[in-house]
Amino acid sequence: MKAKTKDNIFIKLLSNPSGLIGIIIVTSYFLVALSYSFGLSPFPAAEQHVIDRLQAPSSKYLMGTDLFGRDIASRIMEGAKNSLYVALISVFLASVVGIFLGVISGFIGGHLDNLIMRIMDIFFAFPALLLALLVITVLGTGLNNAVLAIAIVYTPIFARVARGPVLAVKEMDFVQAGRGLGASSARLMLKHILPNILAPLIVQISLALSWSLLTEASLSFLGLGVQPPAASWGVMLSESRGLAERAPWLMMFPAIAISLGVLGFNLLGDGLRDVLDPRMRSRK
Amino acid sequence: MTTYLFKRFLSFIPTLIGVSLVVFFAIRLIPGDAIIATLGTEAGMLTETQRIALKKYYGLDKPAIQQYFIWGAGTLTGNLGFSVRHGKPVTQLIRERFPLTLELTILAVIISLLIGIPIGLLSAIHQNSFIDILGRLFSLIGLALPNFLIATLIIYVLSVYFHILPTSGDYASFLQDPVKNIQQLIFPAITLGFAFSASVMRMTRSSMLEVLNQDFVRTARSKGLVERRVIIRHAFRNALIPVITLIGVEIGYLLGGAFIIEQIFALPGLGRLIINAVSQREYALVQGSALFIALNVLTINLLVDLLYAALDPRISYES
Repeated sequence: MKAKTKDNIFIKLLSNPSGLIGIIIVTSYFLVALSYSFGLSPFPAAEQHVIDRLQAPSSKYLMGTDLFGRDIASRIMEGAKNSLYVALISVFLASVVGIFLGVISGFIGGHLDNLIMRIMDIFFAFPALLLALLVITVLGTGLNNAVLAIAIVYTPIFARVARGPVLAVKEMDFVQAGRGLGASSARLMLKHILPNILAPLIVQISLALSWSLLTEASLSFLGLGVQPPAASWGVMLSESRGLAERAPWLMMFPAIAISLGVLGFNLLGDGLRDVLDPRMRSRK
Repeated sequence: MTTYLFKRFLSFIPTLIGVSLVVFFAIRLIPGDAIIATLGTEAGMLTETQRIALKKYYGLDKPAIQQYFIWGAGTLTGNLGFSVRHGKPVTQLIRERFPLTLELTILAVIISLLIGIPIGLLSAIHQNSFIDILGRLFSLIGLALPNFLIATLIIYVLSVYFHILPTSGDYASFLQDPVKNIQQLIFPAITLGFAFSASVMRMTRSSMLEVLNQDFVRTARSKGLVERRVIIRHAFRNALIPVITLIGVEIGYLLGGAFIIEQIFALPGLGRLIINAVSQREYALVQGSALFIALNVLTINLLVDLLYAALDPRISYES
């Protein structure tokens, strides 16, 4: 029964224009990242071809080369792998911790709810990038620290998004019945409440993936995320500044990659929202 | 209303204490201290006596808890500490840098509203028409383009096609030289405004669509009111609340310093001050600025809530 429901959602998503385009872009993005991980890039991303510096796109270098003669196409592929790594792990961490806090907070209520939500308020008082910047300052720059920074920034959002529906669901008859039958709080939260609040959370996960992609690119652009010589679309874009007039492809390809990645996850999120939340459908 | 305001201001206190605790102790987790950060490699040449004297001078010899309370007591009197590297009080630095960020925020918000609201309205009124498709395409593109990307593109277009370098020259404040000031701020403001207009458009459109389907709009139409009046007086006014929430969030974000944009356009605003303070481990400056920004965000949230009541008479904060 459950599998059938999942199939239905997937089929509905495929027949939703936003969902379909989102799935195509996100799948391509995954494939590019995986190809790089399996060594299928035209060149090693950091390999320098000194004679071929700043080459325009050609049959040898599909997207041209940079100032060090590195192949842009291979670096775009490595960038896809790195940004996907940051996005997936940071959103996984943020969603697990955030949803856990949100569900506990909403379900138990009282002082604990007040305490958790007031702590979340403290994090909400910082603009997202400032918070990420502060975390990076404490932890230092680098890929994994960017993951942690982004995870910390998005945890309160998941807590808040999870808590709201819990307040409504916990009063419903089936939860009360479960309680009457002697189910433990943990069981009620895991088996009864969580499956019923998943819809907004799935949409949130997809949108958070697009934000984390953006935040990673922003941090790397500022020199605080992925560290050279490793490639990140943000780093590549930052490196293209000043050279854009001589070699516009340096800017063009990472720009397209970032925009497409963000667009893909945004469209997927929109499609999921249409499919999972019938109230939103009339708005489109 | 007064009671509500008083309660809201009171609720600022625990959040601000929380913010100050987070920032104060987080920054002390960083290896090294302000003396090393200030003197760099020369810190290694200090004798033990000199180091102790400097620590004492900056109050770094006391336990962290005591340092926190000393700093906390100072903030109550408006003293946010002293920036070692700038040689100025933190409050003065914020006062110097904040006007630029404020001006940039105001310009960016105006631009985003001028672009986002009309497109959102047109899109909603002509739902599923060609105009709507164009409007939605605009918002999709706007949402997918990060602001640093737009900035890079703007600089590229200006320098390659118009031979203008928007980042050149020293910054002039509006009072010093209004023309130069606007010239320097207009492109960063367009960058931020464009990026934000996509969200404004999206929110205006979806909120208008929801309102246009409601009974009171149908009633207004059936009373024979002119369509323009129905849209402006009845629908738009009610559709504004979610848009205002969005604008509130965005203003809070922008007042915190548009870090990347200030960095790219070399503007000496609050964002750039913080980025430098963070990399130079200027304890007092980071703490003071973060506290100031948090206070801004909380105040904006409060203003947004008060605006709700002004727009929608059903929302009342009277006890």
